[in-house]
Amino acid sequence: MANISITPDFLRTSIDVKAALRAILIPLVAILIFLAIWEFTASQIKTSLGLVPGPIEVSKQFSTLITEHNTEREKAAAFIERQKIRNEKKLAKNPDAIVKIRPYTGAPTFFDQILTSLLTVFTGFIIASIIAIPIGILSGLSQTFHTAINPIVQIFKPISPLAWLPIVTIIVSAVYVSDDPYFSKSFVTSALTVTLCCMWPTLINTAVGVAGVDRDLINVSRVLQLSSLTKVYKIILPSAIPMIFTGLRLSLGIGWMVLIAAEMLAQNPGLGKFVWDEFQNGSSNSLGRIMVAVIVIGIIGFILDRLMLLIQSRVSWDKDAILR
Amino acid sequence: MPNTYLKIDHVSKTFPTPTGEFCALDNVDLAINQGEYISIIGHSGCGKSTVLNVVAGLLDPSEGGVILENREISGPGPDRAVVFQHHSLMPWLSVYENVALAVRRVFKGKKSKAEMHDWIVHNLTLVHMDHAMEKLPSEISGGMKQRVGIARALAMQPKVLLMDEPFGALDALTRSHMQESLMEIQTELNNTIIMITHDVDEAVLLSDKIIMMTNGPSATIGEVLEIDLPRPRNRVRLADNPTYNHYRQQVLSFLYERQRNPLDTKAKTEVSAETETPVETEKSVENRTPETAVTKSEPEKGDPQPPQDQPALKIVDRSGQAA
Repeated sequence: MANISITPDFLRTSIDVKAALRAILIPLVAILIFLAIWEFTASQIKTSLGLVPGPIEVSKQFSTLITEHNTEREKAAAFIERQKIRNEKKLAKNPDAIVKIRPYTGAPTFFDQILTSLLTVFTGFIIASIIAIPIGILSGLSQTFHTAINPIVQIFKPISPLAWLPIVTIIVSAVYVSDDPYFSKSFVTSALTVTLCCMWPTLINTAVGVAGVDRDLINVSRVLQLSSLTKVYKIILPSAIPMIFTGLRLSLGIGWMVLIAAEMLAQNPGLGKFVWDEFQNGSSNSLGRIMVAVIVIGIIGFILDRLMLLIQSRVSWDKDAILR
Repeated sequence: MPNTYLKIDHVSKTFPTPTGEFCALDNVDLAINQGEYISIIGHSGCGKSTVLNVVAGLLDPSEGGVILENREISGPGPDRAVVFQHHSLMPWLSVYENVALAVRRVFKGKKSKAEMHDWIVHNLTLVHMDHAMEKLPSEISGGMKQRVGIARALAMQPKVLLMDEPFGALDALTRSHMQESLMEIQTELNNTIIMITHDVDEAVLLSDKIIMMTNGPSATIGEVLEIDLPRPRNRVRLADNPTYNHYRQQVLSFLYERQRNPLDTKAKTEVSAETETPVETEKSVENRTPETAVTKSEPEKGDPQPPQDQPALKIVDRSGQAA
């Protein structure tokens, strides 16, 4: 009877290998099936821009985008080199000459646009967190404050970024006036739209986390006569950390989704603008290039989520919590 | 009383409910001397914890007040440290840091950093937890967590140590270890302690006085039993001691005959829910039939009794004979 439950070593390793294979093979097969269906379906649909591109066409477009990026970089390097030589010559002739260094003004490549998008989403997300976490803490601590702001939160929460955008655009144009702006208006508009849409999950989850702090721990802080600030810092915040991070993860996910829409309309030079420009361009390659962008948007969204998960598991004291 | 240290002075507590006021405590009056170990025992829902919370300052009494060292208390404070039933350690702080949180708060400006460190280590050594100072609460057992909870409370150097069913959530073996440790510490420090318990053996073993509470609503002190047993006490030797058994019998008879829980079925489910508490006394309640409950026998103090292996079954046997 006893030997039934004992697995020999060689069998156990083979079980491990099987498990690993299963974890890799099954998704792989599923992806291959998906690509096959895509390739087949795409070839059946004829649009004004030609056939809908299948995965093969899309991967070709992806390598074209890489080539374009490299060409652009070479051009930029060449420009800077030329400028340097020209300036040196000028200085050699006349040491008092005023030399101008101009930045390279070529069109942003696909990869530049990814960076812009990431910068924009993080700016919006960080502003949102800075606003949402303190309000969430207050709302969790004070029932009165919660009752006061809850209706406002609930009404603002479901508003689409597309509805916010015109308002934000006009307000930014009116308020953000500067002769030498450090950020472009389109960047500020997109980031603020992200802020407006992604602060709610953090706010709500922080409030729930703070309100749910163990009564006993609050009593400990009362017995120790901790000041309100120490209580928040030493007891309430650490207690609420897991919930705050749940909110932050949701917020970042929403922020990334919202950003693409905001960039399309605000003309912020990110992935959203890339998609929009390709749509307006309407060449035979456009659909393929948009699909590359779509897949990249998905992959980056996934990576951002994993990143937040990683930070969450590092910061959270609750190592037993199942994070997925 | 001239040497009364802590006075619970005619305390009543009512809670507002949707259906009107609920009177939890009615006129609880108690004087405690310095260094006394008091247990409060009673059925679930009889307001034991309310008494403790009022003394701790976590609840304000509706009437009356609590006087500690001739001064009325208002609000909670570290001079009345509480050991909670569920340890209530900060799960994100190490054992050391949990005690340090209290020590840094209480001795700020009174002790140097090095002195505080020594004091933290000293208290953790007292509860035999100095080996696990860097562990997180999730990495140690329930008994160990409660030890740390006690160390934290002791480290505040409270005037009164309040314990709310400190060992209620522990298994029987761990619980008896903890009781031994507590007696050891008490010999050394001679603290004034109020402990809530539902365990008759624990109450008799540890206390100088047992306060027996009547059932709620409007619970109050039913009887006070002075436990006049020499210390140090040894649970194995006491098991044969007629005086000890007499005290146990008195508490049991108060709890299960004079103060039978009016909601007997509810009481039974609660008792069986607390299966972590394999105290024979509670089993004997379950075995007891209503007829036998009517008969009671109270031996005179010091009444010689034959040694019994299972003293807890005594009531059942005796009342069975009587019936």
